[in-house]
Amino acid sequence: MAQHKINYLQEGGLPVALTTVDKLVQWGRSNSLWPLTYGLACCAIEMMATGASRYDFDRFGTIFRASPRQADVLIIAGTLTKKHSPFMRRLYDQMPEPKWVISMGSCANTGGMFNTYATVQGADRIIPVDIYLPGCAPRPETLQYALMLLQKKIRTESASKKLKPKRLV
Amino acid sequence: MMRAYQDKNNVQKKPYYTDRFWVAPQIPKDDVESDEVFASDVKALKENFEIGEAYIQRGQLVVYINAKNNVKVLKFVKEKLQYNILSEHSAIDWLAKRGEFEIFYQLLSTCKKKRMRIKCFIKEKETLKSVTSIYKSADWAEREMYDMFGVIISGHHYMKRLLMPDDWFDYPLRKTYPLQGDEAAQWYEIDKIFGKEYRDVIGPEQRDSARIDPSDTHNFAHIKHEVPFGAKPSDKEVFTDYQEEGGVTIIRKLKKEDAKILKGRP
Amino acid sequence: MQKVNKLQPFFENLVFEREDNHMIVNFGPQHPSSHGQLRLILELDGEMVVKATPDIGYLHRGMEKMAENMIYNEFLPTTDRMDYIAATSNNYGFALAVEKLLDIEVPRRAKVIRMMLLELNRITSHLFWLACHALDIGAMTIFLYTFREREYAIDLIEDYCGARLTHSSIRIGGVPLDLPKDWIEKLQAFVDRLPADIADYEGLLDQNRIWKMRLEGVGVVTPEMAQDWGCSGPMLRGSGIAWDIRKEEPYELYDEVEFDVPVSTTCDSYGRYKLHMEEMRQSLRILKQLMPMYAQTTPEIMAHAPQYISAPKEQIMTQNYALMQHFVLVTQGMRPPVGEVYVATESPKGELGFYINSQGDPYPYRLKLRTPSFFHTAFLQELLPGHYLADVVAIIGNSNIVFGEIDR
Repeated sequence: MAQHKINYLQEGGLPVALTTVDKLVQWGRSNSLWPLTYGLACCAIEMMATGASRYDFDRFGTIFRASPRQADVLIIAGTLTKKHSPFMRRLYDQMPEPKWVISMGSCANTGGMFNTYATVQGADRIIPVDIYLPGCAPRPETLQYALMLLQKKIRTESASKKLKPKRLV
Repeated sequence: MMRAYQDKNNVQKKPYYTDRFWVAPQIPKDDVESDEVFASDVKALKENFEIGEAYIQRGQLVVYINAKNNVKVLKFVKEKLQYNILSEHSAIDWLAKRGEFEIFYQLLSTCKKKRMRIKCFIKEKETLKSVTSIYKSADWAEREMYDMFGVIISGHHYMKRLLMPDDWFDYPLRKTYPLQGDEAAQWYEIDKIFGKEYRDVIGPEQRDSARIDPSDTHNFAHIKHEVPFGAKPSDKEVFTDYQEEGGVTIIRKLKKEDAKILKGRP
Repeated sequence: MQKVNKLQPFFENLVFEREDNHMIVNFGPQHPSSHGQLRLILELDGEMVVKATPDIGYLHRGMEKMAENMIYNEFLPTTDRMDYIAATSNNYGFALAVEKLLDIEVPRRAKVIRMMLLELNRITSHLFWLACHALDIGAMTIFLYTFREREYAIDLIEDYCGARLTHSSIRIGGVPLDLPKDWIEKLQAFVDRLPADIADYEGLLDQNRIWKMRLEGVGVVTPEMAQDWGCSGPMLRGSGIAWDIRKEEPYELYDEVEFDVPVSTTCDSYGRYKLHMEEMRQSLRILKQLMPMYAQTTPEIMAHAPQYISAPKEQIMTQNYALMQHFVLVTQGMRPPVGEVYVATESPKGELGFYINSQGDPYPYRLKLRTPSFFHTAFLQELLPGHYLADVVAIIGNSNIVFGEIDR
């Protein structure tokens, strides 16, 4: 009978790791962020490009989901208009906790170049935003970087404690 | 302090410098006779309807008609003159100057390869007859016109706002409407989502995108000196990297020297 | 009018149960295959659509109002955000309209560069259209392949103007820059590569049973319907009417290059798919002819019209008069003659028209954007009834609508 001899004392061989629940849970959360396929305007095209072949978003564990019930991250990709704002609030409310929001592009950040009657001047008037992404439209690399920053933010949060209410405006 | 005088009837931006003696040149209005096809079109129109000015500007025929018989003229133009596509239909606001809207129908004939613009004037409260029975593409164009200018159309099957929400106040493309909206527009989303009592909590819109205030942490903070929301601004530089100091399990951080840089695109 | 209440969008007013057993389905505004923020209120009899009411405006940003408050050059970057998949074609449409208003002639080299960018944009737009359309139908592979090739085309545009998506690569009166070094060689490599890739997509789709079943006989647009609803571009050509503005009312150098106008007589979605593929090949053909034309041109890239257009940068830096004129044009803007123009160009989606009414001010008195997708979306009211619910997605994907230009 073959004997499998494993030297558990060798580097990396020990099948036991010590960590805190917080770290483990948040590590898991940060590496399986599922954004909502929520394209509003031009930035949505860059969001799609980020998900497509060259930039390959899937390697960060981010898989776009079509339903807010299955999503953790809301990427506001584009101009948020007044007519649309109740719908976005509704989508945000439908997402289960914990949830995060990336505001992608100038329009979602501040209204950007559309300083007009029909545009909401910053999506953070409606929902709390975690990461603001500059650019019009931000490049896919920018979105990837924002996601990595969001992962870092998640890893430093506590999983067990109740989250503080996020800021609005 | 005296406020600068602003014409309430036209709140669009004005050039800050005007030369009293400057007379803007006109784009030449060519005679209709200079083009055979247009000449015969205008002749046919003149025989059947009472039409106003007609000229050719930049290669396109412009004909002024009476707004009362817009349906008849367009029917004639489509059936007899073979202008088979209505490419565009909208209004121009002349309320401040002469109290009326200018309506234009931009037509295209794919067989004659010609474009024609039919125009008419209507007063503010007058209704315009719908031409959806002739050109269906006028359906949404008319709704948009109603939405943006408040031009009332009679005989349309679904006369509702198209681009703006149903409970929107006023007509945005009128010259009396400011670019950044009236009060109802500026608070629209707050009133709608949170209720009017939240206006004080959320605060007014910050519409000056060029404003930079390093001590303001409510909006965009000082780059590289970010502090939590509401905290006091600090001079300490914050370095933001996408990984923690100690590294993350399984994830390897890319070092610059390990990166492989391609010479060209594959 | 609805009473203002917290978070109660309008669809809550819809009656979902009806006596005639029809069901009302609210499609969107957030739907992964609605290509933006389209909301459709569908009345269904079983799975058959009986009535469709599109609701738009979820991306209305007030561009026409912005144009009335901006000098002409300021508005040009805003046009990028209309049809954001092929931004240069919007820039071009606007620039051409203003040039026609000013009656100025663009130098030949600028024309060649513009045409190159326009055709590249047509290719990226069609590739993107195929990617999204196929993804909606369920062919994920195509999405990944076409995006790969789209990135190559975007690289070329990026090399030229620095932006991936919102190019602003055309100015009123010409183009801002000459082509960078080695650009033509890169374009040549791209042009050599793409036909094989298009053949790949066709290999995956043309005889694919699912693809054919989902597209053949779906969304039949008869010529009468197409004309009646003001369709243009592939939608019009897809119903058998050979109308391409590049051919019929040639602008730039389209009368000097050879290309065919593909027409589909089957009038259905499959025919339009074949038509899009053929259009990409024709664009490549145009690009091939443009490359030698570029070499024969003289280096001027901006029109000479001191009243309206700034002098080249070198002159602004060295000559006093050019500097003053540049200052005036930047701070006050050009003052075009009084009058109006309507200029239509063939954007990848169809007839993109700019109607400008100028009163001699630096700001347009009225600027109307005639966008093809607006009319194609209105057409959904008549096109969708009679189809199954599953075909709705196929038809929306096939009609190539972009919300930036529908809502403006």
